[in-house]
Amino acid sequence: MKKTMKNSRRSPFAAALVIAAGLIMSGGGYAFATAAVESATPVSAVSSQEQVAEGEKLFLANCASCHGKNGVGTPNGPTLIGVGAAAAEFQVDSGRMPAQASGPQMQVKPVQFTDEQIDAIAAYVGSLGVGPEIPTEEMIAANGNASKGGELFRINCAMCHNAVGAGGALTEGKFAPALVGVPADHIYEAMLTGPQNMPVFNDANLTPEEKKDIITYLKYVETNPSAGGYELAGLGPVAEGLFIWIIGFGIIIALTIWLGAKSN
Amino acid sequence: MSEKAKSAKEHNYESGLAVVAADKIKDPGLEPHRVRMTDKSPAHERAANRQVAALFILSAIGSVAAIVAYFAFPLTDDLGTVRANTWWLGISITLGLFGIGLGAVHWAKTLMPDAEVSEERHQTRGSDEVRARAIEIIKLADQESGFTRRKLIRRSMYTALALFPLPAIFFFGDLGPSPADSLRHTMWRKGTRLAKDPDGTPIKASDVTLGSIFHVIPAGLEDLHETKLEEKAKAAVILVRVDPADLIESEERKSWSYDGIVAYSKICTHVGCPVALYEQQTHHLLCPCHQSTFDLVDGCKVIFGPASRALPQLPIAVDSEGYLVAQSDFNEPVGPSFWER
Repeated sequence: MKKTMKNSRRSPFAAALVIAAGLIMSGGGYAFATAAVESATPVSAVSSQEQVAEGEKLFLANCASCHGKNGVGTPNGPTLIGVGAAAAEFQVDSGRMPAQASGPQMQVKPVQFTDEQIDAIAAYVGSLGVGPEIPTEEMIAANGNASKGGELFRINCAMCHNAVGAGGALTEGKFAPALVGVPADHIYEAMLTGPQNMPVFNDANLTPEEKKDIITYLKYVETNPSAGGYELAGLGPVAEGLFIWIIGFGIIIALTIWLGAKSN
Repeated sequence: MSEKAKSAKEHNYESGLAVVAADKIKDPGLEPHRVRMTDKSPAHERAANRQVAALFILSAIGSVAAIVAYFAFPLTDDLGTVRANTWWLGISITLGLFGIGLGAVHWAKTLMPDAEVSEERHQTRGSDEVRARAIEIIKLADQESGFTRRKLIRRSMYTALALFPLPAIFFFGDLGPSPADSLRHTMWRKGTRLAKDPDGTPIKASDVTLGSIFHVIPAGLEDLHETKLEEKAKAAVILVRVDPADLIESEERKSWSYDGIVAYSKICTHVGCPVALYEQQTHHLLCPCHQSTFDLVDGCKVIFGPASRALPQLPIAVDSEGYLVAQSDFNEPVGPSFWER
């Protein structure tokens, strides 16, 4: 996403215009932003001017070397104009950003900031341009329809993240991370913003209610043991095949040897 | 005199073709008998006795436990009860049967006599009298039935027997319906709306933002009943929007996309798995079964893996209400290769 967006806004004049527009909107209120992004009341609607100013300081000190002053992007990092507060909170609060090194995929590391600092950075990035907002507590509560969420998860997510969210490999060193233990707000924000190589699932594709159902499903499989007994990390036929070839056949061979051996 | 020489003498095999090498490996015979601990020491014998009994008692406990488990862990509407039910029934039934087996084998190995005995096989060749009598019976049967003598009957019977299985070859044709040209067509038609899987909501072009992926079924699939899954298996499509500047389109396919929105068959051309692992930055589409990788911005050409053909593209357009519609069916069969392709 970031690469393609950079291409479409290459002109510095256009970028400056967008920044100006973003600043005006953050000062003037978030009414336009919420109308444009079809989500419920954003948490960061309460982000104050001081919070944005604090976020800007943190951004300049920690993010601007790659994402550029005012988030316009550099050859080392994509522009953050229009990625929204949700993207910033996901990346920083999950420990993916600030990045340690470039590579096929940004890894999860210990979180580098306090909650207040993360809120400030998210508020600042959200103020750069219209983008997805951080979901409210109600939007991410795991009280939706787990069965429907399971169906949606298998259609939209399971091919990469595995049917029970155990994660899986992609091409050239990239991977879809396991979703077990991932906080609900990160799951929601990832669907909404499409971090790194994950595609975007906007509210027209998966409505906020459907996103909630998916979170409900993931939290259900996380807390309820598999009905089929030991799930071998949910990795599917490869793990199960390896288990039966080594453990199952091992037992059969041991028994056969015992049957044929003479007693002492 | 060795066994071999003895039997050669008995049946007069001297004129046969078998060559007996002079330096062939000698039959090592039985290994020397080893006395078991249970034979030497009464303490060991008593221990083995207790072990066998313990295994049988373990089996008995397992069988009783299986009955207890059946009532203690009933299956209810809660799926979680399956786990406890299967686990305890499995463990206890295993103990019940495995205990008997282990006990029986342990008993035989430790306590029953273990002196090695060899049992000679009897000759398979019948005696000359028996052989002569058999030939006599066959000849008599031939004579009485006239099998050799009555040529007409014999040959007509051969003909009847040879022709009898022939009709089956034609009947086998009815074993399954011929796929006819159903492999070449899907339910996409000119004007069929692209709808969201699974609920069938039609998709507007404006819904598909940059970097989005939609898993698509043809509108109207929900109304089908018996053929729903067959049609879905052929018609499933993925819909992605990329920057139009990134798209590499051949001249005749320029009109098949809409403002960077492209639709491709989701069925892998290798063996038909759903290709749906989409990487937003690289635009790679990866098949989870055998890692065939398709380049979405370059006509879904194969860039890695065992698939040999690009994914078929669904030509799309936008109708007057802004919904995405198909321009036509796929212009080639979807999914893996087949004989007549």
